[in-house]
Amino acid sequence: MGAPLAAAVEHEHSHPALQHHFENLEQQREAGTLGMWVFLVTEIMFFGGMFFAYTLYRTKFPDSFATASNHLSLPLGAVNTVVLILSSLTMALAVYSAQVGKRRNLILFLVLTIVLGSAFLGIKAVEYRDKYVDHLIPGKLIPGNPFNPAVAAHGDTDPHKLHLVGNAKVKEVEMFYWIYFAMTGMHAIHMIIGVALLSVLLYFAWRGRYGPEYHNPVEILGLYWHFVDIIWIFLFPLLYLLGRHLLHSA
Amino acid sequence: MKAPETFETPAAERVNYINAQYGLKSWLLTKDHKRIGLLYLGSISFFFLIGGLYAMFIRLELLTPQGDFLSSATYNKVFTQHGIIMIFFFLIPSIPATLGNFLVPLMIGAKDLAFPRINLLSWYIYLLGGIITIYALLAGGIDTGWTFYVPYSTTFSNSYVIATGAGIFISGFSSILTGLNFIVTIHTMRAPGMTWFRMPLFIWAHYATSLIMILGTPVIAITILLLAFERLAHVGIFDPANGGDPVLFQHLFWFYSHPAVYIMVLPGMGIISELIANFSRKNIFGYSFVAFSSLAIAVFGFLVWGHHLFVASQSVYAGMIFSFLSFAVAIPSAIKVFNWTATLYKGSISYDTPMLYALGFIGLFTIGGMTGLFLAALAVDVHLSDTYFVVAHFHYIMVGGTLLAYLGGLHYWWPKITGRMYPEGWGRFSALTVFVGFNLTFLPQFIAGYMGMPRRYHAYPPEFQVFNVLSSAGASILGVGLLIPLIYLIWSMRYGKRAEANPWHLPGLEWRTPSPPPTENFLVTPVVTWEAYEFAPPEELRVIGMFREDEGLENADAVIDGKPT
Repeated sequence: MGAPLAAAVEHEHSHPALQHHFENLEQQREAGTLGMWVFLVTEIMFFGGMFFAYTLYRTKFPDSFATASNHLSLPLGAVNTVVLILSSLTMALAVYSAQVGKRRNLILFLVLTIVLGSAFLGIKAVEYRDKYVDHLIPGKLIPGNPFNPAVAAHGDTDPHKLHLVGNAKVKEVEMFYWIYFAMTGMHAIHMIIGVALLSVLLYFAWRGRYGPEYHNPVEILGLYWHFVDIIWIFLFPLLYLLGRHLLHSA
Repeated sequence: MKAPETFETPAAERVNYINAQYGLKSWLLTKDHKRIGLLYLGSISFFFLIGGLYAMFIRLELLTPQGDFLSSATYNKVFTQHGIIMIFFFLIPSIPATLGNFLVPLMIGAKDLAFPRINLLSWYIYLLGGIITIYALLAGGIDTGWTFYVPYSTTFSNSYVIATGAGIFISGFSSILTGLNFIVTIHTMRAPGMTWFRMPLFIWAHYATSLIMILGTPVIAITILLLAFERLAHVGIFDPANGGDPVLFQHLFWFYSHPAVYIMVLPGMGIISELIANFSRKNIFGYSFVAFSSLAIAVFGFLVWGHHLFVASQSVYAGMIFSFLSFAVAIPSAIKVFNWTATLYKGSISYDTPMLYALGFIGLFTIGGMTGLFLAALAVDVHLSDTYFVVAHFHYIMVGGTLLAYLGGLHYWWPKITGRMYPEGWGRFSALTVFVGFNLTFLPQFIAGYMGMPRRYHAYPPEFQVFNVLSSAGASILGVGLLIPLIYLIWSMRYGKRAEANPWHLPGLEWRTPSPPPTENFLVTPVVTWEAYEFAPPEELRVIGMFREDEGLENADAVIDGKPT
């Protein structure tokens, strides 16, 4: 047991993962971590533009946004929230496993995170499909299937398909769906990228690249994954929950 | 293990970043920040020439009051494309991506930027964005103005808005990656002894610039994305026909595009701080004030965007606050100007080409900044908005400021970059030509604008002709003044006098490695024991890690300034 450990210490200065322009692994780790934090700041600003637009129009058109929000599936959204929080847990456990050098656990938790992430995307796809069937995809985003409130609820024969509340207007409901698709779509793209990167990590974890000495990629991707989760934690109440009560009081 | 470098090794035979590898592939796949800086230098020069060509068309058209040279539709495209190319593909990357890329690691004693592959990626992203934009220009161009105001851009314009938007969207990521790389590098890669307050002010300026790049650019990215979808799918949040608000677009657009002005000018201010201190051979007056004023500009810069919306039905109370904040941003700018001036006082000033550019910068930036205060004043802005006064104002900042600083910096570091000196006489001549040409071009525009000449029209009332003829004449002189350096700098790469390691005899780290530097930047990792701009005794100026063969390393101190004593 002593010999490989000594060899590992010997190797500290020429670790295969150490890039030539860094003095040591510690500096490389710091740079990588700070780089991800800075990147996440840019992500916050990127989503910030959409959150700003959402805030503006929710204030301007509260009734329309409540109407539109009520056509989203609360159960599916809630399940997805739980799925994502669980995936954050498995991701944190994966980082821990890498830090303490438990390769099998690392692989297990990476697989679980990938499965949960994919489950989220699958449920999201079901929700998108429902919106497609109900002709609630705004504008002419989907050729041949424009936004059409006349068939807003599947099989519904009520003349006021959207069940507009208060001062709600069809045009503004459409705008809610535009913001909904922009925000959740952008979030889903980030999830897809995350799952792809997790698969790459899984490959290298399987090859045994990460251990107590070098596991920075796992940590960094963990930061990214938690960030994408947090975006959803904001999206869920804003899009699914806020203003639903208006409907019942109407 | 390569043989130790010695002072007797002729520069041509010494292994440096240029002759370390040959062939196209060694450049296109390089991860060396110095080579990537040169790749950027080539590409931004190309875009500058295209942007300059459009400027030439504008000045030709405006020679006469009638719209006779270009139709109004073509003229709309010409000024739009001049703005888009110059802003997104020249001014924003100009100093950070070329000189910044080359110098940030050298000045802080690092071997490279923190993420060399991301650095190369940023150049390819920039190039891809540039190619898409060029495609849009060739396919038919864009006529919305560089500001893309809705609903014209989303609904009514028949030009290539989406393609151009895609080009700008993509190239924005190159700017984000450059900023990210600089921030991480400055935080984590400084050499031993290089404390924050020993960093050259060029580095402080680039740190502040990077903050704006990472905080602002993502917002323009999402804005352009939403704009493109709105145009494509006829749904969205900007066009009133869709229930949207065009003023929202203007807020989001200027939230980036006003700070973008500071992306352009802050690195220029960093260069000027270097030039003024070094060519006065005096420590900069008020180092920490100059350093923190960069950060203050970055912070204040994010709070003033509303002054672009004074006449856009913005609430008058918001207008008052934005007006106040716009006045406030003049304070850190003025701190810089005063400190530069105080540095000159009793300095031993030499009027080499870079210094001529630096002195020109101070004067022109002051005029540009002071006229900015006119525009920050609510009532005055109502009269001056959308006139040539605004055009002259921002050209004084962008051309009189950024371009002059860029040229000054390029001359100053040219010996380090290429290992060759530029011809000093031609350098001074062209610096003066640029200064005269620039002022003749844009000073008359202040007057024409103040008298009411609107921007963005190809025809104008005849009483403005005298100003426009002056302006076009000045533009020709400016054009010549810019062509001369293009020619002699290229010439000097082959025929220029060989540069010493430290031709200006300065203490900065970048001067204490051979010219051109080796791929790893320094022969040994430097240990910094001196302050920035500390004009110390000559033994402080030796090339770090270089020694004479017959004396050995322990006598390295005897080698002064690349010459044996």
